[in-house]
Amino acid sequence: MKKYRSMVLISSGESSKSKGSDAVVDAFHQAIEKYDLGAEVCVTTIPDSSSVKNQPLVIVYPEAVAYGPVLEENVDFLVSEHLYKGRVAEALRVSDPFEMKRISWLLQRTGTMPAENRIVLEYVGVIDPTSINDFLTHDGGQAFAAAVEMKPQKIIDIIKKSGLRGRGGAGFPTGVKWQAVRDAPGDKKYIICNADESEPGTFKDRVILEGNPFSMIEAMLIAGYACGADEGYIYIRGEYLDALEKISNALRAAREFGGLGKNILNTGFNFDIHVHSGAGAYICGEETALLESIEGKRGEPRPKPPYPTTRGLWGKPTLINNVETLGNIPPIIHNGADWFRAQGTPSSPGTKVYTILGNVNKTGLMEVPMGITLREVIGIYGKGMKSGTFKFAQTGGSSGSIIPAILQDTPMDFDSYRNVGVALGSGALLICDDSNCIVDCVRVLMRFFKVESCGKCVPCRIGTEQALDIMTAISEGRGTMEHLAQLEWLSHGMEEFSNCGLGQTAGSPIKNMLDHFRAEVEAHIKLGVCPAGVCSMGK
Amino acid sequence: MPTINSVEDLKRLREEAQKIKEMRDQAGKTQIVVGMGTIGIAAGARETLKAILTFVEEKNLPDIILRQTGNLGLSGMDPVVKVTLPNQEEVVYVKVSPNIARKIMQDHVVGGNVLTEYVFKE
Repeated sequence: MKKYRSMVLISSGESSKSKGSDAVVDAFHQAIEKYDLGAEVCVTTIPDSSSVKNQPLVIVYPEAVAYGPVLEENVDFLVSEHLYKGRVAEALRVSDPFEMKRISWLLQRTGTMPAENRIVLEYVGVIDPTSINDFLTHDGGQAFAAAVEMKPQKIIDIIKKSGLRGRGGAGFPTGVKWQAVRDAPGDKKYIICNADESEPGTFKDRVILEGNPFSMIEAMLIAGYACGADEGYIYIRGEYLDALEKISNALRAAREFGGLGKNILNTGFNFDIHVHSGAGAYICGEETALLESIEGKRGEPRPKPPYPTTRGLWGKPTLINNVETLGNIPPIIHNGADWFRAQGTPSSPGTKVYTILGNVNKTGLMEVPMGITLREVIGIYGKGMKSGTFKFAQTGGSSGSIIPAILQDTPMDFDSYRNVGVALGSGALLICDDSNCIVDCVRVLMRFFKVESCGKCVPCRIGTEQALDIMTAISEGRGTMEHLAQLEWLSHGMEEFSNCGLGQTAGSPIKNMLDHFRAEVEAHIKLGVCPAGVCSMGK
Repeated sequence: MPTINSVEDLKRLREEAQKIKEMRDQAGKTQIVVGMGTIGIAAGARETLKAILTFVEEKNLPDIILRQTGNLGLSGMDPVVKVTLPNQEEVVYVKVSPNIARKIMQDHVVGGNVLTEYVFKE
């Protein structure tokens, strides 16, 4: 991947365009060519990010300096001063304190280039996933070698100090979970890698497993050593045939190599890993349903507590971590907790892998520091909206939240999102423009939840069914205002009384819809029209 | 395949593996890497790989190392092929169909000219 020294972001939404941002973009390209900076500087356009009087706005990374308004005739001066000579052109800087507050999110990330922060994906796409030698060449196994020379408690202290939080969606502190398993009474303990990634639109875990399966084995070995477990399972989604093949081969190679089995590295530590393939049920990504599935029972969640850390697989203390969480372990052991804390935000250090999809110009996979905003994600990684303007984003496959456009400057980390009443989810970002209807979107989500609900507890089984009926009625023009009150009641009921995460999150899209898009829903009911022109309205 | 019995073994093996890699890099061999994740395979990376293999066999090219790797994170751009000629920088080709792969082999690997129209651009 090509790396640039500097990155120039130019606002070019509708109102910037009317003030001549297209000419500014062209002028930047010409000036960069003139000073022969093409190999060092890249130019990207972003949506409007400031008030009208500062448009067109130009932001230069890595210094995160904002200039505005930038006119065509200023561009040559700006390029020669800032990009060629390396001096900030104070005269053109945005000085308005109110404006600086509005774009203060930019200044928190000085010195970081967006594409350079790969921790989990560092060797994915670099090493040969079928060759253990290639893995060893790229520092493979070194974190485990360092770990077995430490006391188990020391490893857990490092993980705690690093502040790593579970990447499966809930954001539970990983070190605390490890400590709970270590402190749980019992001789037999298990480590489980949750690779049942069934959220629609996410494929980050698959890419990690396919690209670097050995790192997963290494992380599980470290977890086993730290928690005192001697057996591990990788629960892999049934549809991931290639990942299954790669991980099975990697396990075989690791066993022949002496990295798995009895008395590993002559330290008296025994560990072995089994692969268990899922059968296509969404619910089995929920940790207790996953345990039932491994035990050979029907994939239904267990009541909690007792938590799996004390009574998990076959009633024994069990550590369950997501693929991405485990992918962070070897780099943390290798580089130390302080190195990890230096990235991301203080409450959620590190990076997050997202899959970005929907109405953006460039879809795909990215690894970014925690605390980046949706606006940056769309502008920098998505290369702007493909059509229309940004309306809402859906995080985390299905069991995330609907993020309206007004929240696009909220830092994307666990706590900031919780404070504004939304959830980060497990890593998909579905970006929707204004041609999408919120009612239609929530109806599709409810159909998904209705189909995937396991039916064990009443709030989820009945709640998703009823919610789907009401959403269908609204989209077909049969909605009434009582329906909205019922939806609120249903969403609250599912969230409070469901047995597991599926039901608890099934209500949140409805809640987000009623919080942020109530007017649009009421238009369906009171006026009998779908403002976006998507719903059939019974015609 | 060697087996390991101690931490020292592991460290020694890593150094050996790195030495082998350095020798490989200096020995004047061309490295060709094909992205073979699920996305790559779905986009036809197997056919691309096959085309490259057939080309190497037909022309009986020496000193070529053909490897596979996971997804490179350039979604929508697959199949991805990375070509590194001895002592030169890595070139990343995207959307490489079997036909383009043969062209790359002929012009770049054999002829030494980079096919800029297929190179990945940000």
